[in-house]
Amino acid sequence: MHAIEIRALSKDYAVGFWKKKLRPALKSLDLTVETGEAFGFLGPNGAGKTTTLKLLMGIIFPTSGSATILGKDYLDPEIKRKIGFLPEQPYFYDYLSAPELLDYYARLSGVPATTRKQRIGDLLARVGLSDVGSKQLRKFSKGMLQRVGIAQAIIHDPEVIFLDEPMSGLDPVGRHEVRELIQNLKDEGKTIFFSTHILSDAEALCDRVAVVYKGELRGVGVVNDFRSSVAEKTEVIWLGANALSSVKDLLAEPHVTGETVRGTMQSADLDRLLERLRQQHARLISVTPIHRTLEDYFLAKTREEEKESVSS
Amino acid sequence: MTSRLSAITWNTFREAVRDRVLYNLVLFVLLLVASAPLFSQISIGLEKLMLVNVGLTSISLFGVIIAIFLGIGMVSKEIEKKTLYTILSRPVRRWEFIAGKYLGLLLTLVVNAALMTVGFYAALLIFVHSLGRADALLLVAVYFIVLQFMMMVALTLLFSTFSSPIFSAIFAFALFVIGTFGEDLKNFAAMSQGATKWLATGAAYVLPNFASLNVIGQVAHEQGVSAHLVFFNTVYALLYSVAITAAAVLIFERRNLK
Repeated sequence: MHAIEIRALSKDYAVGFWKKKLRPALKSLDLTVETGEAFGFLGPNGAGKTTTLKLLMGIIFPTSGSATILGKDYLDPEIKRKIGFLPEQPYFYDYLSAPELLDYYARLSGVPATTRKQRIGDLLARVGLSDVGSKQLRKFSKGMLQRVGIAQAIIHDPEVIFLDEPMSGLDPVGRHEVRELIQNLKDEGKTIFFSTHILSDAEALCDRVAVVYKGELRGVGVVNDFRSSVAEKTEVIWLGANALSSVKDLLAEPHVTGETVRGTMQSADLDRLLERLRQQHARLISVTPIHRTLEDYFLAKTREEEKESVSS
Repeated sequence: MTSRLSAITWNTFREAVRDRVLYNLVLFVLLLVASAPLFSQISIGLEKLMLVNVGLTSISLFGVIIAIFLGIGMVSKEIEKKTLYTILSRPVRRWEFIAGKYLGLLLTLVVNAALMTVGFYAALLIFVHSLGRADALLLVAVYFIVLQFMMMVALTLLFSTFSSPIFSAIFAFALFVIGTFGEDLKNFAAMSQGATKWLATGAAYVLPNFASLNVIGQVAHEQGVSAHLVFFNTVYALLYSVAITAAAVLIFERRNLK
């Protein structure tokens, strides 16, 4: 059984004064996410990531298509006991304290009264907020709110967790903390579906990723496949600027700082370059293979699309 | 279901209390305390009549104003601030959200009216120095005011499901004013003919009729209120509130929350 299965899900928004014109926000999305998988949903702002999540949460209704979560229709209220959701830049009832907010959400999710208090205490400790007491949320920093957001998403111990841009707007420390929390959830065997435009987060956390652009799915795959599926390049650094002239034909954009030279090249030419450097008595400092990153793949996909739309 | 409904109801009430809505009670007390000496200067006999009129009218007006100002943002504010996202992603049905909000706001108004009523009776005791059996009649007027709140909350909540707070406030206030002259609309319908009669009769049924819920003048003159009127007003307010809340649910069930 798939954790999430999305079939031909589409959403058009009616725009204009008379609402007669349709603007497609999501075009026939097909996607499956396996149980226990951390799945990254990537795309630039406005690509359709949040629309997809809002559809899956029943906040908006699809124009066509369907989806199942843990084998049941995604709108089934019973399935909502098993899912958690953190919206993008969440805003919570700021007149409540963190324990009050979690208690409210726990009651809405059907967490029994007997376990509620214990669970809230454990969760606040887990997200590093055990000392906030009765402080109202309006006095919380953005990072603290995001941690409350994650706590509310998992207060009822869901099996599948949806996170919309969980790291956006956070400082490096906040991002690191949230990343660790997600990693822990993944280690516990939860299925995590998270949207992001920060590719390093996806690379660090996800088993598989999907790239959406302008409402359309552009590719799905294992993160490692995206990284290694293209010709690799190699970065070489050596001491001895006078050797540069003998290898200039092999290097792309060499940078010279004093006697230190740094340049990238096709990996296939590496032997020839090293041979020539040896002949010139240059002192090798490092040879680093450069794998294509997820970001390269992502940029290539979006640029491809832009070129297509310009030529057509 | 009950747990979710009571959670939303309680949270709505808590929000109103923490937003210092009950501070209006201070204003109410000040109004009574400041106006009572003026009444005593008019006439001994009229003092109580004035106090009852001012007290009960204030309970009604303060409540209606709170109903409008809180009700218009009940749903639209939750959509705008996206707090609804974390509610609807849980096993909460949309109708439960609307019903919980309705009950929460009504609870706020009932608690507010109850506290005002206590203050009002205290004022009667202080300024008129006696409370007779006839004064229990005043509670019927308060009960009718609560019935009026039931209808107003339903109306403001309905507007909040599809309109912006400003337009909702305008619609709700306009309906309150029209409803206050509900009996006049009925009389106009009875006197009209042809299409006008049909239109006026239709409007009289669709628009709220708050006039029949206003017995303040009657109880101020210590005239009784018939059991018949109590029964029909109760049924009317219940049916009207349920119908309007059902309309709010129907709209909200279909709404895409952008």
